[in-house]
Amino acid sequence: MISAYIPIAIFVVVATGFAIFTLVFTSLIHPEKYNKVKLEPYECGIEPATDARDRYSIRYYLIAMLFVIFDVETVFMFPWAVIFDQLLLFGLIEMMVFIFILVVGYYYAWQKGALEWV
Amino acid sequence: MPPGISLSDFYYILPEIVLTAGALVLLVVDARLPRGSRALTWVTMAVLLATAVSLVPFRNTDVEVSQGLLAVDQFALFFKVVFLVAAAMTVLMSERYLQVEGASFGEYYFLILCSTLGMMIMAGSIDLISAFVGLETMAVSFYILAGFIKPNQRSNEAAVKYFLLGAFSLGILLYGMSILYGVSGTTNLRTMATVFVGHERNPLLVLAVILVVAGMEFKIAAVPFHMWAPDVYEGAPTPVTAFLSVGSKAASFAMLLRIFVEGLPSMDADWRLLFEMLAIVTMTVGNVAALTQSNLKRMLAYSSIAHAGYLLIGVVAGTPRGISAMLIYLLIYSFMQLGAFAVIVMMRRKDVVGDELKDLSGLYHRQPFAAFAMLVFMLSLGGIPPTAGFMGKLWLFGAAIDAGYVWLAVIGVLNSAVSLYYYLRIVVFMYLKKETIGSEPTLSPALTLTLGVAVAATLVLGVYPGLLFDLAEASARTLGASGVTAAIR
Amino acid sequence: MITPTHYMLLSAALFIIGVIGVMVRRNIIIIFMSIELILNAVNINLIAYSYQLQDVIGQVFAVFVIAVAAAEAAVGLGIILAFYRNKETVNIDEMNLMRW
Repeated sequence: MISAYIPIAIFVVVATGFAIFTLVFTSLIHPEKYNKVKLEPYECGIEPATDARDRYSIRYYLIAMLFVIFDVETVFMFPWAVIFDQLLLFGLIEMMVFIFILVVGYYYAWQKGALEWV
Repeated sequence: MPPGISLSDFYYILPEIVLTAGALVLLVVDARLPRGSRALTWVTMAVLLATAVSLVPFRNTDVEVSQGLLAVDQFALFFKVVFLVAAAMTVLMSERYLQVEGASFGEYYFLILCSTLGMMIMAGSIDLISAFVGLETMAVSFYILAGFIKPNQRSNEAAVKYFLLGAFSLGILLYGMSILYGVSGTTNLRTMATVFVGHERNPLLVLAVILVVAGMEFKIAAVPFHMWAPDVYEGAPTPVTAFLSVGSKAASFAMLLRIFVEGLPSMDADWRLLFEMLAIVTMTVGNVAALTQSNLKRMLAYSSIAHAGYLLIGVVAGTPRGISAMLIYLLIYSFMQLGAFAVIVMMRRKDVVGDELKDLSGLYHRQPFAAFAMLVFMLSLGGIPPTAGFMGKLWLFGAAIDAGYVWLAVIGVLNSAVSLYYYLRIVVFMYLKKETIGSEPTLSPALTLTLGVAVAATLVLGVYPGLLFDLAEASARTLGASGVTAAIR
Repeated sequence: MITPTHYMLLSAALFIIGVIGVMVRRNIIIIFMSIELILNAVNINLIAYSYQLQDVIGQVFAVFVIAVAAAEAAVGLGIILAFYRNKETVNIDEMNLMRW
């Protein structure tokens, strides 16, 4: 029983050891030069405009909710994709019908202005 | 075609396909049309009519489709007709109500169609998965419909209460279903029935039955799981309340019969005892609580709780006669309940909410037809001949006596006598009081049609009940025609 | 060794925590989260049984439960938000417009 966990124990030891080794080794050899760029969150990419822990608009909830609904529907696509090679054309048509129904809902939300940022 | 699926499966679910397609068309039309266009009412009625027409080829079929997910039989057909009639009457009574409340039509009608679709799936499902999906299609639509009048705090409150308790009861029901699946190894109710023979003493199974009973009792609003019903019925928009009390209740009864009569016939000693006790408390609590109500919608909510109790008598009897009596009573109940709510919808004017008992005072002097209609519905709900409610109760209690539950019938009759008090109180207000409140209530053509159909049905079925009897009998016989159920009967 | 029985015990525990949460908590959002716990207990149960029985139907059932729970969450949050806009509270004790 216990022997089954030995690879995991070795993995934990190696991972921890590697982390400690890198930290200690770099602190020994790195040159001590500080500047402003080093303290920024990203060395490259978009400059952060404000603090990350900021309040954001309640209107975002509508988009978040729409996202949740459409996102979770993909749960039906995974099993479909797994056996797609057996379902063939029939499976494709079935999935097209499913997606078509989703698209009608999406179209409705769009037309009713649910996606506009008023 | 992959194995196990054939094109004929799609043929047999044609009514559901038509309804789904119609609902999608309605959404697109609503997105294109200007806000508040009345054309949507006609589109909705056309979709319901098309669905009803597409039911015609399945008058005498009795098949299982999609490897036993749905049954297309007369039992399902009977309920589908009830749902479509109820939905059509709801749509007819909604238009003016929504105009007065200043609500939009599109989503409303779409949700009505969606909940009808869910009900149709519930009535046909002989599998836990399809039953659950149908139940949720219906329930989620109703959560939104209950809170449809967004600026109205009562409507908000009704929606929150209905949603929380509905979701909670769903959790309990699903937990019971998951145990049923675990014990039987199948979700198909007819297979389950054969697997469970000889496992009556399995404690896990008894637990599952109790959980499923509790979950279903929530949906049919039976005591002690009825607490949501009065609040939701009172707060929801009146047409929604009408549809909720008829469609949702009928669909839940259909699902209940499918699960217990088709899926768990070998456990009948357990669930029959539970339903017997629940029927007694439900009838009594519903009627006693209704006595003191001053709000009409709340009174009718308690009355509908009491009716759930009467209907449970049919489940307890469990014989084909009991089940057919239940089906007949459900149809009759749909007409009288929808009609009574249509009168309350009529009472909603710009200046009056119209759901208090005193708002009805002097109605006879202002709207004699509406007052007469309400009189018929109240007599029918109370079970007075020559209305349909009397015939329905007669069959229901007759079936109970037939199956050996004499005292259950006695309690039912006593309860009907108690209920007459509050039904007749409404009549007294309408006919004997003189003083009136607010502006003149008016009947729109659609409301007149709804009331006319409901009155005609209530009276005709009371005088010629034979019209329905054979149909309901045949429907009840197709339920659980599988070997185990038949053997236990 | 972890057997399906352990998963079922976990599921039963989650179910009971959820039921207690629904009954004792006063905040609508937390009640709703407790309901989600119950649904997840159902999912664990279904998948444990599915593994025990070596039958795929339980997983299909669980997929449907997940999808429906998401739809319910979206609708429920919308309803709670509409309630909050009028009432400025999510405490269930303040839902007292209609009683008896």
